[in-house]
Amino acid sequence: MTAEIGQLALILAFVMALVQSLAPLLGAYWIDRSLMRLGRAAAVLQAVFVAAAFFILMGLFLANDFSVRLVAEHSNTTQPTVYRAAATWGSHEGSMLLWVLILSLHGGAVALFGRSLRETLQARVLAVQGLIASAFLGFSLFTSNPFARLDPAALDGAELNPLLQDPGLVGHPPLLYLGYVGFSAAFSFAIAALIEGRVDASWSRWVRPWILSAWICLTVGITLGSIWSYYTLGWGGWWFWDPVENASLMPWLMGTALLHSSIALERRGALASWTILLAIMTFSLSLIGTFLVRSGVLSSVHAFAVDERRGVYILAIIALATGSSLALFAWRASAMRSGALFAAVSREAGITLNNLFLFAAASTVFLGTFYPLFVEAYNGQKISVGPPFYHETFVPIFVPLLVLAVFGPMLHWKRDGLRALLRRLQGPAGITALFLFGGIFAFGFAHTLAAFGVALGVWLVSGAIALPLRRISVGQGLGASTRRLLVATPLTFWGLVVAHAGLGITTLGITAVSTWQSDLVRNMAVGDTAMVAGRTITLTALQDIDGPNYQASQAFFSVRSGGSERVLVSQHRFYPASQSDKTEAGIGVGLFANIYIAMGTPNGDGSVVVRMWVHPLVNWIWAGAFMMAFGGFLSLLDRRARVPVAVRQQVTLAGAPA
Amino acid sequence: MKWLIRSVALILLAATPALAVLPGEQLSNPALEARARALSSELRCLVCQNQSLDESDAELAHDLRVLLRKRLVAGDTDRQAIDFIVQRYGKFVLLKPPFEADTLLLWLGPFLIVLTGGGMVTYYLRNSRAASQPAFGESEQARLQTLLEGPDRT
Repeated sequence: MTAEIGQLALILAFVMALVQSLAPLLGAYWIDRSLMRLGRAAAVLQAVFVAAAFFILMGLFLANDFSVRLVAEHSNTTQPTVYRAAATWGSHEGSMLLWVLILSLHGGAVALFGRSLRETLQARVLAVQGLIASAFLGFSLFTSNPFARLDPAALDGAELNPLLQDPGLVGHPPLLYLGYVGFSAAFSFAIAALIEGRVDASWSRWVRPWILSAWICLTVGITLGSIWSYYTLGWGGWWFWDPVENASLMPWLMGTALLHSSIALERRGALASWTILLAIMTFSLSLIGTFLVRSGVLSSVHAFAVDERRGVYILAIIALATGSSLALFAWRASAMRSGALFAAVSREAGITLNNLFLFAAASTVFLGTFYPLFVEAYNGQKISVGPPFYHETFVPIFVPLLVLAVFGPMLHWKRDGLRALLRRLQGPAGITALFLFGGIFAFGFAHTLAAFGVALGVWLVSGAIALPLRRISVGQGLGASTRRLLVATPLTFWGLVVAHAGLGITTLGITAVSTWQSDLVRNMAVGDTAMVAGRTITLTALQDIDGPNYQASQAFFSVRSGGSERVLVSQHRFYPASQSDKTEAGIGVGLFANIYIAMGTPNGDGSVVVRMWVHPLVNWIWAGAFMMAFGGFLSLLDRRARVPVAVRQQVTLAGAPA
Repeated sequence: MKWLIRSVALILLAATPALAVLPGEQLSNPALEARARALSSELRCLVCQNQSLDESDAELAHDLRVLLRKRLVAGDTDRQAIDFIVQRYGKFVLLKPPFEADTLLLWLGPFLIVLTGGGMVTYYLRNSRAASQPAFGESEQARLQTLLEGPDRT
């Protein structure tokens, strides 16, 4: 019975979404306030119904209702409660529902809190949100119904893939989806602006918090995913250039470009139509990311046939959303003011270059991800595009971006001088040169590239630190100007400093781990000792243990370096319900290096294969990423982002097109 | 999201619970072993989802690692060893696609985008600089004059 209520809620949500896509659109066209009000009500109700469906599904998982197929396929009675709850989005159908839930919550938020928006703009934004929601609720209902029954009901369920029974599953997917779907708000605002034919400062002030929050969630989501794969896949990789990862990286890169261009739009009214285009492309990439992964098309063209209906539906949605919005853009963009002018050396120009390289980087990932599909479809040849490709294309495009990231924030808006700019950068440049030459000298010529990487990281960090220092004016006393610095500097500025410094920290981490990582693989018995990068690792005990829903071999290692000693525990688990294995690595986390020990199944003779790694500065990669997200968060807290400006500008509807 | 593909990969791998490179596979000559590791991280494990030979636990990956090391011990250059494997398993095994007619756009695309985009940005900046120059140039002055004098175009 409960499942049927969930089903009903989902159907009602679909109906509400249809109302939401039509009523406010017509209402805005006819200036009919009751229709626009109906749109707002539909948006709120839709959110309520989807939330009801979602939590009913979660309830079914928690109650072990194995008469529901989805539950029977992804959960069983021995599974820990938290993973029974998280299994709600651990499957295709459930994750679709989570996707729609986040989407409808965004729509509801625009309806409830968007009162200071121009009413027609709000109505149109809601209508676009409604259209997207209709498409995905339809997809959910017609091709991947989470509430389908299983008859006869199963006695016990199958198991959620053991790899997914991890705290990572609790945080990673929802945050990723918050990011993807968050960009739908920017997209809806962009489409609404195209329909209205105007973009102004109040528009960009409204969109900016949405972009920021989506970007923060996506950043944290990707970072959590990277950490998760680091500790769970059993060999310490943190990025694989896997199509699934690329699917989240593309919207992140494009979204980062959008984040920056929206600053130029908000502060200077520049890059207006380009920002609109970026909003469209970012969300399109989010769609492509989510759904091409869902359709399985990424693994092979032929996987498409596994469930043709889903694949075709997804492609239709993407083609329709992307195609129609790009067509709308081509048709309407010229009607908009082309934006404020700026000189070749100016903050706006810096942001333009940032956008150029980010766009190129996103395109590179896109090419690498989809090219094999095109080639296979074209002549049946199968080719692979893996990490070596990205090292030779993505990296050369991203490095100039990182170099330029220090110039940008030092520039003045509208017009600046090149010589003055270079003078401002003397400090960071000096420090960087010191590290570069010191690095080449210390690491040797063989590691020149590493020296450049380190210098790049130092350049970013010192460039970020130089920003607030510039605000301490020489004329005043140090105390007074420090106080002024803290009081008068907006949070957005600190956000910029922290985020750009974080980029440098990440750069240092990536450089270190890809240059100086060392590893060793050995057959070890209890008492055996191995040496990796100056650490002495001894296998001290080997035993069998039973977990809640798995059996495991467990090994204790004593790791000695210098005078200190620490104990690490590795496990090799076997999950009988799904007949699968999982490695739980023993990881000694450190500021300067992680020690990472993974074990295989014990051999019959009491020995076991042990792989040991030392990953220098690997945690810096994620620390830097969290700094970037935190920088975004600071910016989001800024008062300027919250205070709605130009409240309800006069509605110029006379010439407003449909 | 990630789990979908990962789980497929894991199901494929589940049969062979081991850890990528095994102690028994390793060569005693450290220089050769280092070359083997470098090469095997550029080759794809054919039965896995986007893993290199170096990272994979699959049986086939193990066989290929052993094969690769045999070739190196026999005195093959890196190029020859790779070619040997490509001959047997096809170009799909290369994680770095070769630069040829099929992949021209793949390899050049990223840089073409930077160049084209750079050209467009330069053009835009130049135009906007021209536009931000004070007042009107001579030709604009003349056009303005005609416009002000009224629409006498035919």
